[in-house]
Amino acid sequence: MTATRATRLPSFGDGGPVARTMRRYLVRSSVTLLAVMLLSGFLLPLLSMLTISLQDAGQGTISGAPFYPASPATGTFQGAEYDIYVVPIDGVDRSLMLVTKGRVQSTFVDPADPNQTPIVWQGAWRTLKQSWTFDPKWSNFATVWSQLSFPRLLFNTAAVAILSTLGAVLSSALVAYGFARFRFPGKNIMFVILIATIILPFQVTLIPTYTVFTKLGWNGTWLPLIVPHFFANAFNVFLLRQYFLAIPRELDEAAMIDGASPFRVLRSVILPMSVPALVAVTLFHFFFSWNDFFLPLLYLSGKPDLQTLPIAIQQYNALYVTQPSLIQAAALMTMAIPVVVFFLAQRAFMRTVVMTGVEK
Amino acid sequence: MRLRSSNAMTTTTLPIRSRMSPSRREAFWGLVFIAPWVIGFLVFAIGPLIASLVLSFTDFNLVRPEAMRFIGANNYIQMAGDPLVIQGLVVTARFALIAVPTTMIASLGIALLVNSPRLFARNIFRTFFYMPIQIPLVASTLVWLGFLNPETGWLNKILGMVGIAGPDWINNATWVYPALTLIGLWGIGNFMLINIAGLQSVPSELYEAARIDGAGPWSMFRRITIPLMSPILLYNLVISMITTFQYFTQAYVMTNGRGDPNNATLFINLDLFREAFVNDHMGYASAIGWLLFVIVLMLTIVLFAFARKRVYYAGGEA
Repeated sequence: MTATRATRLPSFGDGGPVARTMRRYLVRSSVTLLAVMLLSGFLLPLLSMLTISLQDAGQGTISGAPFYPASPATGTFQGAEYDIYVVPIDGVDRSLMLVTKGRVQSTFVDPADPNQTPIVWQGAWRTLKQSWTFDPKWSNFATVWSQLSFPRLLFNTAAVAILSTLGAVLSSALVAYGFARFRFPGKNIMFVILIATIILPFQVTLIPTYTVFTKLGWNGTWLPLIVPHFFANAFNVFLLRQYFLAIPRELDEAAMIDGASPFRVLRSVILPMSVPALVAVTLFHFFFSWNDFFLPLLYLSGKPDLQTLPIAIQQYNALYVTQPSLIQAAALMTMAIPVVVFFLAQRAFMRTVVMTGVEK
Repeated sequence: MRLRSSNAMTTTTLPIRSRMSPSRREAFWGLVFIAPWVIGFLVFAIGPLIASLVLSFTDFNLVRPEAMRFIGANNYIQMAGDPLVIQGLVVTARFALIAVPTTMIASLGIALLVNSPRLFARNIFRTFFYMPIQIPLVASTLVWLGFLNPETGWLNKILGMVGIAGPDWINNATWVYPALTLIGLWGIGNFMLINIAGLQSVPSELYEAARIDGAGPWSMFRRITIPLMSPILLYNLVISMITTFQYFTQAYVMTNGRGDPNNATLFINLDLFREAFVNDHMGYASAIGWLLFVIVLMLTIVLFAFARKRVYYAGGEA
């Protein structure tokens, strides 16, 4: 920068390096600010959930109540408890206990100094605003925990998710290996059919499947939520196959020459090299199962002991519509584990979506 | 099981007849490995698909399955005049017309924003815009129902602060669709990520060349970004449409399966669910399932036929 330039204030129209850097930062900050605003709006319901979950059940319906979790402020005077109101006296708002209520005049006591002479205020006390103090009700979570038998729900949800994920990952790995490494008649057409099953709506196979499961006595058990996953699914197979195809064939051939069977090649060569893809499929399937609503609704509605979280909190919602704070607390508790795991493993999640969605 | 002769490729001197030929052995193993899917496909896809087609021509129910009779096309004839089925289709289509474009535009807009080189901390924004899709659908629906509650919800309180009397998002047959669309915005994560990958795959030389020719941002977006992204936008459109026809959980949670207000959330899936599992009209529900299947199939074909003309595939083959 030359000396003459440095003496005058850089203006935006200026092509100088300072102005350019400045302009670039200004643009970047405004874009970032826009993104922050959009994201805040996008996630605002989460803040509302957290806030309501800490409120007393009725707070939302009381007019004049603050938006944050609070309870009416009180103070004690001569052994009795009184509500605190905001009283305008000589142009100053003071928080005072309402001791004697009257239509024309009321008596107030300063909670900070109760021994002072009571203050007589002229006016209708009903026009005064009540004073609130911040008071989060953490007990809401304990209430939901025991009312819903949360530990059992967590156990059920996790058990179903783990078993079905085990089946899905195992079977999908086998099938993906078959499609990735072996030539057999009809392979291409079978792969196309496999992918086409993605658009097959579940409704069209629902009734026969339900009928058969019911005839087998599986209705009201976890089996309908677990067993079908032991037969691979299109998304997982597609993803794993893509990954397996990228592993050099020379590695399996070397193992084969050493006498390894195809199963052994899969176990000792292919799977160890595909850990990222296996992790991704595992995470995806685990939370697909964890979040699933329809099948548990169908098969476990009448079995409170075997229910999973989503169906239990739906029934809880139907039962406690008038208790928004408990509902929001239940929602928060249900999403806690998936959200925490997502933040821990977000790279694996987000990369997988791109792999299945774009690279076909 | 161990295959001792797996080095047969190198020991071609072995008599062919005593063992499988290498290519036959390869086919054998391939079929062994894909067997789980083949069995699953037959038992959980093709079998039930055919069975439900057969059932759709019967009056099958689970209370008296032995009394099943074939009633020809009666279910399909009844469907054409069933106000609930028609309502289900209308509701689903009406919602699709609002929700699908909103999803497409929002996911592309957010993708453009979080992919912009002018944004600080892009990865953090990307992660947070994606995150809500990981929330169990029932929980996120409950969160939104709390947020949209006409009396106690924050949205109407915020609208009230700026002097707007917020509508009854949940109990009003018109406003319930925007409400469900808002809930659906938490599901744009996958579409957004796919769009980002698409945006990144557009060669930057194209933008540079256009800039030299004096093109502005809007014309570059319209003439470069959109055409090059079209295969990805088509994929998103198809998936988003299929998802809309499977719409169930949010509507069920919102009204505990009643389809309120005034059947405005009686999505076709909810109707199917009630016919099958509340009324035990299994044959009729199978027919509704098949109707849905045919509609989704036709829409997919129409979209792909449309795409053949309008979607740009790099490397020729328009």
